[in-house]
Amino acid sequence: MCNEMSLIFDAISTNEGFARMAVAAFITYLNPTIEEIADVKTAVSEAVTNCIIHGYENRGGKIYIHAVIENGVLALEIKDKGVGIEDVEKAMEPLYTSKPQLERSGMGFSFMEAFMDELEVESTPAKGTCVKMKKKLALGDWIVMED
Amino acid sequence: MDDYKVIDHYLCVKLPREVDHHKSEEICKNADRLIATSDVNNVIFDFEDTTFMDSSGVGIIIGRYKKIAPIGGKVYAIHADQQIKRILKMSGLNKIIEIMDEEKN
Repeated sequence: MCNEMSLIFDAISTNEGFARMAVAAFITYLNPTIEEIADVKTAVSEAVTNCIIHGYENRGGKIYIHAVIENGVLALEIKDKGVGIEDVEKAMEPLYTSKPQLERSGMGFSFMEAFMDELEVESTPAKGTCVKMKKKLALGDWIVMED
Repeated sequence: MDDYKVIDHYLCVKLPREVDHHKSEEICKNADRLIATSDVNNVIFDFEDTTFMDSSGVGIIIGRYKKIAPIGGKVYAIHADQQIKRILKMSGLNKIIEIMDEEKN
């Protein structure tokens, strides 16, 4: 069984909490562990924050989240139509930040990588960036029956 | 400003329930103003109310550490739950700050 949801919302910082709570609520029926929920919330928060600060450079725009759950695997796409990334490999280096004046830790992509099972970043300068992440959650479609 | 207290040379910052980019700019601004205007050389981050933190929180802590480390100050984290401790360890912050070990009540 496949379960799908989409969200479109404004790229403003007040929506960071909304985005991670919405995705956390979407996966709740799978009965994930507290740690799995925290992992997903952190990854969503990092990706959405990137869209706001880097993709749209705090000038606003729309953020698109698409989530699919299939066989207990959550596939997330978090996308902006902002400035894009010139050098994705460099952006993904731990501690690298393109905006050191903002006192960011430069750990956004490292956290997404650490907390999710798969991470893929597609970006085109002047077109936007799409972050694709996957995570296996709990038992999926398999339910363990007690004897 | 109830969330910021200066006691002796310690600035204690009570962090909000969710520490993210939305909250981080204000926290940095308030903490830096007190570091600059009060006689502060150590910073304590109190996670008692905090249930969520992303890399923005790591940025807050590293930024304040850079401000007070040159004057011989230290940074402490108190009341951090397991999730917060995971973030502090994963980011390597546990090597430069003191994570006090008592658990949340």
